[in-house]
Amino acid sequence: MRGQDLAADPRLEPAALAREARLLAETWAQPRGIVGWFSNTDHKTIGLRFLVTSFVFFALGGVLAALMRIQLARPDAHFLWPDLYDQIFTMHGTTMMFLFAVPVMLALGIYFVPLMIGARDIAFPRLVAFGYYMFVFGGIFLYVMFLLNTGPDNGWFSYVPLAGPAFSAGKRGDVWAQLITFTEVSALVVAVALIVTIFKMRAPGMSLNRVPIFVWGMLVVSFMILFAMPAVMLASSWLIMDRLVGTHVFNKAQGGDPLLWQHLFWFFAHPEVYIIFLPAQAMMSTLISTFSRRPVFGYLALVLSLSATAFIGFGVWVHHMFATGLPQLGASFFTAASLMIVVPTGVQFFCWIATLWSGRPQFTVPMLYALGFFAVFLIGGLTGVMLAAVPLNQQVHDTFFVVAHLHYVLIGGAVFPLLGMVFYWFPKLTGRLLDNGIGTVAFWTLFVGFNLTFFPQHILGLEGMPRRVYTYPAAMGWGGLNLMSSIGAMTIGVSMLIYLYNVAVSLRRGEVAAANPWEASTLEWATASPPPPFNFSPMPTVGDRDPLWSPDPQPVVVGLATDKREVLVTQLMDAVPELARKQPHPTIWPFLAAVAVSVMFVWSIFSPWGVIYGSIPIAITFIGWFWPTDGKRPQAFEHDVASGHVQERAV
Amino acid sequence: MNPVDIQSALHPAGPQAAHIAWLWWLMLSVCAAVFVIVLAAMGVAVYRGRHHTGPPADEAAMRRAVSLATGATVVILIALLFASVWTGRAIAALGSPTPLDVEVTAAQWWWQVEYAAPQPSNRVTTANEIHLPIGRVVRVLLKSTDVIHSFWIPNLHGKVDLIPGRGNVIWLRADTAGTYRGQCAEFCGIQHAHMALTVIVEPEPQFEAWLVKERRAAEAPQTPEQQRGRDLVAHGSCALCHSVQGDGPSAHLGPDLTHFASRPTIAAGELENTPENLAAWLADPQRIKVGSRMPATGLRGDDLQAVVAYLEQLK
Repeated sequence: MRGQDLAADPRLEPAALAREARLLAETWAQPRGIVGWFSNTDHKTIGLRFLVTSFVFFALGGVLAALMRIQLARPDAHFLWPDLYDQIFTMHGTTMMFLFAVPVMLALGIYFVPLMIGARDIAFPRLVAFGYYMFVFGGIFLYVMFLLNTGPDNGWFSYVPLAGPAFSAGKRGDVWAQLITFTEVSALVVAVALIVTIFKMRAPGMSLNRVPIFVWGMLVVSFMILFAMPAVMLASSWLIMDRLVGTHVFNKAQGGDPLLWQHLFWFFAHPEVYIIFLPAQAMMSTLISTFSRRPVFGYLALVLSLSATAFIGFGVWVHHMFATGLPQLGASFFTAASLMIVVPTGVQFFCWIATLWSGRPQFTVPMLYALGFFAVFLIGGLTGVMLAAVPLNQQVHDTFFVVAHLHYVLIGGAVFPLLGMVFYWFPKLTGRLLDNGIGTVAFWTLFVGFNLTFFPQHILGLEGMPRRVYTYPAAMGWGGLNLMSSIGAMTIGVSMLIYLYNVAVSLRRGEVAAANPWEASTLEWATASPPPPFNFSPMPTVGDRDPLWSPDPQPVVVGLATDKREVLVTQLMDAVPELARKQPHPTIWPFLAAVAVSVMFVWSIFSPWGVIYGSIPIAITFIGWFWPTDGKRPQAFEHDVASGHVQERAV
Repeated sequence: MNPVDIQSALHPAGPQAAHIAWLWWLMLSVCAAVFVIVLAAMGVAVYRGRHHTGPPADEAAMRRAVSLATGATVVILIALLFASVWTGRAIAALGSPTPLDVEVTAAQWWWQVEYAAPQPSNRVTTANEIHLPIGRVVRVLLKSTDVIHSFWIPNLHGKVDLIPGRGNVIWLRADTAGTYRGQCAEFCGIQHAHMALTVIVEPEPQFEAWLVKERRAAEAPQTPEQQRGRDLVAHGSCALCHSVQGDGPSAHLGPDLTHFASRPTIAAGELENTPENLAAWLADPQRIKVGSRMPATGLRGDDLQAVVAYLEQLK
């Protein structure tokens, strides 16, 4: 359909485009009012709520960390009593892993994946809204129980038999296991929505080899979620059955096995680390490319590295279990696998260095976070190499050395790029830029505070300090390094407050952002900041990997309906337009369904009958959700692109 | 010895810990070098990118450089894999056909240590202390009665878990005399922080003398106060959990008290073993070690002093 007299197309004249934008804004408008607020299914609104909620949990987890560091600052301290300390360290780990690190990455995916691939919407907006409410309700449930002194206290890993019925009476263990169910449901539905969005809704011309690296990262972790989550879902369900209905899955005395728990848990929990880390690596590629002013070096190598990491990430879980007395040969296999995973990470490092080398690096605040990642994550990665070696692992496993390692990996590897990326995307999210000066101060405070907190913990571990101890005797001589670590933790807190202050000030008085304030190359910058409800008009097409840096004018898609929520469905490999599909309208049913499912989940830990009776409201809300509303059978596909309703036009 | 060093992976007192420490220093050197090189490369790249004015970089040359760096990474990793496996082999090569057999049983939150002997009457049972002869290969059988614990004496070896229903074994050899400390390394509940083990490495004759002494029945109480203490222990609530070989109680839920006074600590490293600390512990165990399986004894005044007097003469 190209090659016609394009400039003459009356649909692309400014007045026509303005009219179209007006019509689209009406069509894609979200309902107002309180009911409207809960009915919103705009992926940007849900993504932003997801993001803000995850950061609220990040703050809560941070407060818990600060409490622990106050307790550990001095030997034999009595600031926290042991029962509370155990709840706090469990809550800290559980919050950071399940309520912050994974959701925050999914949140950015929900918000930015459709924008980066030039789509009007996410694939299943109602499902994503449902996922958000499940996540919020799970988090609220956990914290309400914690405030009622029923917070889980067996660690975020909940090893049996300690977490089993014999040694953890009460509801604490059930609260943990059920929180897992909440976050699993949330992560799984979002993963499904992201996979379908990325496979089927890319702008025409965005073949798989032109997909932005961040989108690749989200695609890979979405698949990881699909494969990793079922293991922990099984494990936590069995745990809750052992605890509530008298099964003996993990009870050795009845033919069960406590090690089965560890295998299932780590088969999920090690990939979990990569579910957090791979989006962050993809962010690194984005930031380094944008602020080196050149396409990222080694696109194919980077994408393959992300995928390879995901595959190998499923083959290393046993390195969490080297102390359980496994056969040597088997353990060596996992040493080799754990070392192998360094290779794709190394490839990414080298590609980033090459990008910097051949680009024009700019010291913007996001770039500072990216460069900070280099220093900090590298230490975490190298201590990871040490931990892969069975003999060394047996010494430092379950000591503060591992605490240091995992924070270097997770804060250095994920939170640094994340904070950089939030700084980078802030203008797109809010329409205003964050302040550079305050941002620079926040970065350096974090960098210093972080290293001050966690570097000494390597030494503490080697000097024999185990993890998860609520105190330690003065005679051990660990006081000085612990005090240093606690001072560092407070510094991290200060840096977070500075970042937050920057957000608060910039929201009101920050410089107003243009569509593409960083002169970046990907499609989310092709629309206004913040984007309109329909994301794009006219719809972009893509002719290369960095569309906004392309010197050639790009055709655009016209012909999608303006009177209904129509999105373009394209082919998986080459993103050739296939169909125009009508998206579902906003509705409150996903919210009500999430309420019903949450009631059932919570009820079920008090009585098995909760599962039976609790299913009734769930059935009702799902029927409401899927009830056909336009009087006829829902018609998923209304236009056939090939017949000419969707056309490509050059501007 | 510096107090920090009695529970340190970097101050080996035996061949296994020495092998691991060697691996640590090797890994540290290699990783430190990699860290410096990568960061320097990043710094140079940023500097070059910002200041370079000539023609754009040659992509083919960069591809070669990235491939080379990746190749170097693989070579380093393979070398480290060999170092790791070699260390594992060296550690495993310690076996001996005639080891000293020790059985360690962990419970919330203390350690029972038993020395095997062909004759049951020669078995020695103690708690929260482990005596090892210098230079003798020891085979430690690891068991747990409740949850998963982890046996870890960093100066001698890495850790191995004690898993209920599943026996584990760790081989040790201590070569340097001294007093070390081990500590449970797997989170095991509310008093995980207070589950320590004193390790006494001594020359063979001293060790044998200790074993002989431990095999003897408990010292008979001498003074009337001690005798009263003995009666209180034998007929009071203590007898429900503890044992004192000879004419004392014989329950096995708590630590054996036959030679209690010769042990360095009370309550798995929580307190130094002094009469004052023992009195405080007996008066209110839950105040000192919240959640401990030792319930309030109800001992007060003269009764308390009598029990302390009795226990402190069980050398």
